[in-house]
Amino acid sequence: MIKVTAAEAARMAIEEAMAADPTVIALGEEVADPEGGGIRKVTKGLSTRFGADRVKSTPISEQAIMGAAVGAAIAGMRPVAEIMLMNFMTLALDQLVNHAAKIRYMSGGATSVPLTVRTMTGAGRSLGGQHSDMVEAWLAHTPGLKVVVPSTPADYKGLLYSCIFDDDPCVFVENSIHLSARGDVPVGLHAIPLGKAHIVRPGADVTIISYGRPMDDVKKVAESLGEEGISVEVIDLRTISPLDEAAILNSVAKTKRAVIVHEAVRSFGVGAEIAARIHEHLFGELAAPVQRLGMPYTPVPFSSALEKTILWSPEKITAAIRKTLG
Amino acid sequence: MTDTTAHAAADEPDAGALLDIYKRAATIVLTDEKLRAVIRSGRLSTPYYSPRGQEIISAAMAVNLRKDDYVVTIYRGMHDHLAKGVPLKDLWAEYAGKAAGSCKGKGGPMHITHPDVGVLVTTGIVGSGLPIANGLAWASKIRQEDRVTVTNFGDGASNIGAFHESLNMASLWKLPVIFLCQNNRYAEHTRYDKGTSIERISDRAVSYSMPGVTVNGNDAIEMWRAARDAVARARAGEGPTLIEANTFRFHGHHMGDSGEYMAKGELEAAMIRDPFVALRQLIVARGAASDADLTAMEDALRTEIDEAAAYAFAAKYPEPEEALEDVYASAVS
Ligand SMILES: Cc1ncc(C[n+]2csc(CCOP(=O)(O)OP(=O)(O)O)c2C)c(N)n1
Ligand SMILES: [Mg+2]
Repeated sequence: MIKVTAAEAARMAIEEAMAADPTVIALGEEVADPEGGGIRKVTKGLSTRFGADRVKSTPISEQAIMGAAVGAAIAGMRPVAEIMLMNFMTLALDQLVNHAAKIRYMSGGATSVPLTVRTMTGAGRSLGGQHSDMVEAWLAHTPGLKVVVPSTPADYKGLLYSCIFDDDPCVFVENSIHLSARGDVPVGLHAIPLGKAHIVRPGADVTIISYGRPMDDVKKVAESLGEEGISVEVIDLRTISPLDEAAILNSVAKTKRAVIVHEAVRSFGVGAEIAARIHEHLFGELAAPVQRLGMPYTPVPFSSALEKTILWSPEKITAAIRKTLG
Repeated sequence: MTDTTAHAAADEPDAGALLDIYKRAATIVLTDEKLRAVIRSGRLSTPYYSPRGQEIISAAMAVNLRKDDYVVTIYRGMHDHLAKGVPLKDLWAEYAGKAAGSCKGKGGPMHITHPDVGVLVTTGIVGSGLPIANGLAWASKIRQEDRVTVTNFGDGASNIGAFHESLNMASLWKLPVIFLCQNNRYAEHTRYDKGTSIERISDRAVSYSMPGVTVNGNDAIEMWRAARDAVARARAGEGPTLIEANTFRFHGHHMGDSGEYMAKGELEAAMIRDPFVALRQLIVARGAASDADLTAMEDALRTEIDEAAAYAFAAKYPEPEEALEDVYASAVS
């Protein structure tokens, strides 16, 4: 183990993947070393080590970036494309949704798109309405895409590595605050399976399901409620789609109570999908209605005073849990 | 008609190449004839964007390509598919939505894919093939293959942002890609000059520091020459070319298009200059083959096409479970 930032952990994953397999290539705005190795340095050193042909800085052309990644993937490469911010994904959605996600299906399996898209986002830095959005629910709503949201530096490494070697298009959502957070990261090969949730903390009274940056507070709340004698089981989804339904249902069948916490807007969100599945399978066994915590139905405001009010907090998480306990 | 005497003999396709172009074009023309007939009669229910009138472009490009070169095309792409060698039976079965189709009946005419002959992507989203072609070409470049990628699109597509992003990137990265714009003068119902602000699309290449040429795509020799030069340039690692091949579509945007948005006589004038007939006349005039030879070739092709159609109609539909297959390569339960 070494203690590094999530950005460095992601960099390690790409570097180790590139060293292991010559088909792994990277592209995106400013990802090569002459342009700084990415705005958060996640690709720093890679063009120097692996050559300018395999690590390419691109023009500011999101459609061309995503399209080139799709094409290279069809041709048998494993491209790792960086879309600087998740809001800029909107410009590349044709390539992602109409092509990357569907090409395998529409070709009857004749071609596939083993592509990884890294992108960064997250509220909490006063970046306002166009630089903060979590739109993972849009992507998870598209059959053919895999959507991964890591929450710890070790997971940044292990999940990104798995995305790169997965044969389907994966969107890997980095958090702009978390990228600077440090944690223990395994040295050498570290691959975490996609589509499998992580039971971070076992518990008996209530299940809390979350992913990404809110996980930090979820873990803290679980810990402090534990001191009060409330036993909280914590699930970190890691992969949004395909959703690890079995892990969720097994846990909630046991605890009979569930709280879902995500950063993204609550309405029509990932939490709604999870709540629906819990009700479909466990309706009669639930001791309380499922609680969902997410952003209100509003764009992300600039002012830090306002931004704080719309995001999750330990207090809101605690209140949601208490609500299920009656 | 091109002034053939003005060019050295080596600057023209030889008799063999001309006949090869003709055979590919005939396959397209006769397939189109049959497809329209079975759609009109109700035997086949499918969206169909006839490429008739544009067949020389694909045929003259294809004879300059290798089997392992990549082709990307659009919903109006049957000519590109057949010219590159998609087997008739696989194509017909896909049009019919059958399990034996090249995409197991899950893509249809707008998404024909056949990696064995280099047909890697067919898209129904205008302009979206160009960025993908860059990626295919980038992969070839990294692997140091001398493979060429051709991406076909219409005049309307040159107004999409992706066109401009792609030309810029291809030029910067010196990619072995050919942007082949089949300018049939209409985008759906919109006449060229009402949707496109420049007289010649090839002039847009200037902005991206790459060669841009406008040719009569209906002239086999002119088109062959432009294709040859662009392929040679790409294969030699010298970078991309934009070819604007002027042409006309004979059957409107799609089956059933009334064509009322076209000026009177415009279509008729184009049909009188049928590029397929013109090629036949050229071949016969040059003595590369006789009328009878060409008729015999067409008869054989017609039989092959009839067999492919019969095969497709007799083939089985996919099982219901097939609808859930191929969403993911590695499924997670
Ligand atoms: C992005 C997008 N916008 C609109 C359409 C609807 N549409 C289908 S074909 C077409 C016209 C395209 O014209 P052109 O590029 O000239 O190709 P042609 O059909 O003439 O071969 C349009 C607008 C589409 N398929 N994709
Ligand atoms: Mg057109």
